Order: sequence, then C-alpha cells, then structure tokens
Amino acid sequence: MSELTLTVMRLGFLAVLWLFVIVAVQVIRSDLFGTRVTQRAARRTAAPGSSQAARQQSARPQPQQQSRQRRGAPTQLVVVQGSLAGTTVALQGQTITLGRAHDSTIVLDDDYASSRHARIYPDQSGQWIVEDLGSTNGTYLDRQRLTAPAPLQPGMPIRIGRTVIELRK
Amino acid sequence: MSSYGSSNSSNNTTITPQGAPNRRNTELFLLIFAVMVPVFAYANVGLAMDGSLPAGMLGYGCGMGGLALVAHLVMRRFAPYADPLMLPLATLLNGLGLVMIWRLDKAGPLIPKNYPAASNQLMWSGLGVALFLGVLVLLKDHRILQRYTYISMAVALVLLAAPAFFPSRPEDFGAKIWIHLGGFSIQPGEFAKIILTVFFSGYLMVKRDALALASRRFMGLYLPRGRDLGPIIVIWILSILILVFETDLGSSLLFFGLFVVMLYVATERTSWIIFGLLMSAVGAVVVASFEPHVKIRVNAWLDPMAAFGPHPPAGATEQIGQSLFAFGSGGVMGTGLGQGRSWLILFATKSDFILGSFGEELGLAGLMAIFLIYGLLVQRGLRTAVAARDPFGKLLAVGLSSAFAIQVFVVAGGVTGLIPLTGMTMPFMAQGGSSVVANWALVAVLLKISDTARRPAPEPAPSPDAEATQIVRA
Repeated sequence: MSELTLTVMRLGFLAVLWLFVIVAVQVIRSDLFGTRVTQRAARRTAAPGSSQAARQQSARPQPQQQSRQRRGAPTQLVVVQGSLAGTTVALQGQTITLGRAHDSTIVLDDDYASSRHARIYPDQSGQWIVEDLGSTNGTYLDRQRLTAPAPLQPGMPIRIGRTVIELRK
Repeated sequence: MSSYGSSNSSNNTTITPQGAPNRRNTELFLLIFAVMVPVFAYANVGLAMDGSLPAGMLGYGCGMGGLALVAHLVMRRFAPYADPLMLPLATLLNGLGLVMIWRLDKAGPLIPKNYPAASNQLMWSGLGVALFLGVLVLLKDHRILQRYTYISMAVALVLLAAPAFFPSRPEDFGAKIWIHLGGFSIQPGEFAKIILTVFFSGYLMVKRDALALASRRFMGLYLPRGRDLGPIIVIWILSILILVFETDLGSSLLFFGLFVVMLYVATERTSWIIFGLLMSAVGAVVVASFEPHVKIRVNAWLDPMAAFGPHPPAGATEQIGQSLFAFGSGGVMGTGLGQGRSWLILFATKSDFILGSFGEELGLAGLMAIFLIYGLLVQRGLRTAVAARDPFGKLLAVGLSSAFAIQVFVVAGGVTGLIPLTGMTMPFMAQGGSSVVANWALVAVLLKISDTARRPAPEPAPSPDAEATQIVRA
C-alpha cells in the first residue's frame, strides 16, 4: 500500500470516528424531552420552566371553535402585575381557576394567594363572573373585596395578593 | 415529536408533558454507522499490514451486522421506547475492540505469549449479545429485580469470594479474580458488579430516608447515625478484604466507589462523599503499606520509569512506562491502524492495556473520541436515571452507569498513569469473556429501565372539565 493511501485512511478513520461522535451528540440533542414550553408574548424572558431541556416553540394555531362567544366579549385574561406578569390565557368559555394549587389554570407564585383562591367563569349568557373561593387574603375587584360572585368587565383589575389580572378583548 | 395533554391556548406559556418518541429508526441508522466504522478499521488494518483487504472482511462485517440487526429487531419488539444511543455505542466499542484484538493477533511473535484471541472474543461477544437479548426478553420490568434485594447481596458475596477458594494459576499475575473451569476462566467480579448494584438500589430505596434525615449536624456536616453507618462499614470492610485476599485493587475501588455514589444519589448528603473518600483513602494507605502487590503498583505509578533505569528497584514493573511510550509514539494523530509498534507494550496488550494500542494507532484524537463514546454511554445511563419514574429504577440506572464509568476511569486512569494501575478490563473493548458478557447484560438492564421510563404515560382519564384543563405557570 502506498504511503498516501495509508495516510488518507488513517485521517479518514479518525474523521469517521469523530463523525460518529458528532452524530450521536446530535441524536441526544433531538432526543431531549420532558416538558414542552410554548412561548408567550411575555416581558419576562427567563421563565423557570424554560430550562434547556424545554423547547421554545412559537404559539400554535388556535384549533378550538369560538363557541358561545359574543361579539365584543373579552378574548383573553392577562396578568398585569406580579411575578407572572405577561402571562395570558385565551378565554374559550372554560372556567379559569387561580391559586397556588398545581392544578390551577394559573398557578400563582404569590405568597399572599391561597391554594384555591378564585375562579373566573362565564355564566349562561356568556358574561364572565369572578368568584372568591374562600381565600385567606381575599380577592379585590376595583379595590372592593369580593363577597359574592361579581360580573367582570374588560379592563377591570382583579387583585390577588401581589398579582393583578384583567380581562381584555 | 408527539405531545399529549390537551393544550388549547394560544398566547401563553403552556407546559405539556412530552413523551419521548419511539426512536428505533434513529437507532437503526446509528447502528449501521456503528457497524461500518469497525469494518472500515478492519479494512484499514488489513491494507496496512498485508497490503490487501482482509479475507474475512465480508464475513466479519456480516457477522457483526447480523448480531446488531438481531439485537435491533428484538429491541423493536421488546423495548420499543428505549434509548436509541446505547446499543449503537456499545456495538461500536465492541467492534473496535475486536478489530484491535485481531490486529494484535496479527503482530504474531513480536508480542510475547501472543496467541490468536479475536475469534474467541467474537464468540464471547456473540454470547454477550445473546445475554443482552435474554435480559430484554425475559426481564419484563426492572422492578422485578427489587424483590431479590437480599438474595442478590448473597449472590454477589458468593461470586466475589469464590475466586479466593479456587487455585490460582501462574498466568493470573498475582490477582485471584478468576475461576478456572475446564478450558474456561470466568471473572465473577464482572457479574457481581451488576448484582451488587441491584442490592444497593433495593437497600437504599428502603433506607434512604433514614440515611438522609436521621443525622446529627456536626461542623457543618451531616453525620449519619451509627446504625445507618453499618452497611457502608460492611461494604468498606468487604472491599478491603477483596483487596487483601484477592489482591484486586480495581474491584475494591469499583465497589466502594459505586456504593459511595449510590449513597450520595439516594440521600443527597455531601457528608457521605467526604466520609467515603476518607474511608477509601485510609483503606488504600493501610493496605498499600502492608500488601506488597499493592505497594508495587503504587510505586510503579509514582515512578513509571524506574524499571528502565540502570538500577531498577526490586519489583519494579515496566508496564506503565511501556504504555506511556505507546501513547507518546502515537502522538496527536496516531500512527494509523496496523502501523503502530505494538510490541512496545509487552504485557496484557489485548486486555488491560488495549487502550495503549488504541492510543498509539489512533493517537490523542482517536483516544478522545473513544473516551467520548464511553462518556456518551454513561450519559445515556444517567439520563435514563433522570427520566425513570420509580426510585428503584433511578438508583439502579445511576448505579449501573456509575459502575461502568468508574471502571472506565480506573482502567483509563491506570493505563495513562493518572492513578495507580489496577487490573481491570476496559468495558467492551478489552479481551475477556466475562467482561464483554457482563457489560452487554448491564446495557440491557439500562435499556429496559430506559424503555419503561420513556414509554408515554397512558392518557389521563377524561375529567368533567377536560376541555378546560391546562397547566399554566411561569
């Protein structure tokens, strides 16, 4: 065998070996799983959930039907103040629970919130209602502490501890 | 990528649990690659040493490819969600080891006591893959192993103690770690490694809270209670006894390191690591000062070139020096497969010192790639532990991959002169039937845990307000 062939093979083999390592690392990269974080239009960039393992994805198209939604009805719920500021939840006629409990729709990271603090739901006519669920520190609608379920208009601030939430069109 | 868990929001942060997809096609692709690389190496050796392609190339390639294909098909059937990387990585390491052993066979009388070992090693690899398949098929769920916690402790102790009762042979080089049965010799320590890990996982899963919480704080360290300290003392004494009676530095290092790692993972207490390091240091120093065999190893590590001097001290060994010469002769890019001066290493070329030959013929660049492949295999094992949902599976995966990692470190560190040389085989690469078979079984258990861990969880039962279910958090 000529010297040249052997040199080419020697370097070629090293290249192939490294190529294998690189391909394997690429497989690991594409194999990351765990939780998927869907990006939101947020001011806060470093959300705790968006670890390296999580993949940032742009918002997915809205597949749900817009049932029972009147014209001019609020379409989203926005957290205006507090540690979750910037979080939005699309309103699709579902009940939104607020609290520190893990199964809440919006899990509040707020020392002054109860685990099941309040809920926001539409009544039969599609009017959004906010109801305090017996929280310790109370839910405030326009500086008024809620004692009974109250109708909610877009732009009215709901305060829970340090978090302020409002409905938007 | 599949995602499950309903998500119907548009403009918010939605975190949905995402199962790992079935990655068998990726595995197949990598496996083909992993078979091609050793075949390339094989051709390279043949061209370099004989000037022609080796006659057995087709058969060898087909044999290895066939084994890998069977393993892959069984994986598709019995572990469909398992990690896609482990099988290809293990196949590549095993294949490279086979090529290197074959290449050293061809060096012939240049190496003293050289006898053809490649075909034997190929047979053992086949047996290893067979055991791999057996574990995949027969072990329905790794949690079954949990039932055999104390049985596995007893079995491991018997396996570890057995070689001491068998007559050793002169070619064992002072370490009594083999059982000779007829023409075969078995190294039970390799299997004890897996079985002992099963015991550790089962034991620590039950005792972890007692070990982690029932402790006194002293000088910023959490000191465990005496009764919780019992097992670590027993293992410590055991590893010292192995060291003394079987003069097997490697195994005792492996078992002790393994236990410390698993204690740390189970309890999250740094004090266990400090404790373990102190105890291993004390044990090593005491044994090194009494046991001549160990003392020679330490001296050879401190001054590997002493044996080449004009007045070599008694018992000086040239082994480490020779492997360092081999590494030096290889340089950065290596001499090329089949073109190295393999006679530089005169002792255990194909087993403990096979890394020396790789270092010479593939150079620093190749050796780093090999270390990375080992590292990736360990990483996949640890990733499996992270993904596993049950504590037993977590501990078992951590233990098995740490045992693998410690073994690689102990061998590679010994051969490169980083730590005192201990007689252990490089997993998958080195000649040695027990080692190959045991490591294939180890990978099979890891794959089984990985399959359970990555299997998508069943769809949650639909709740009354299912359409509203979404988890939003920041």
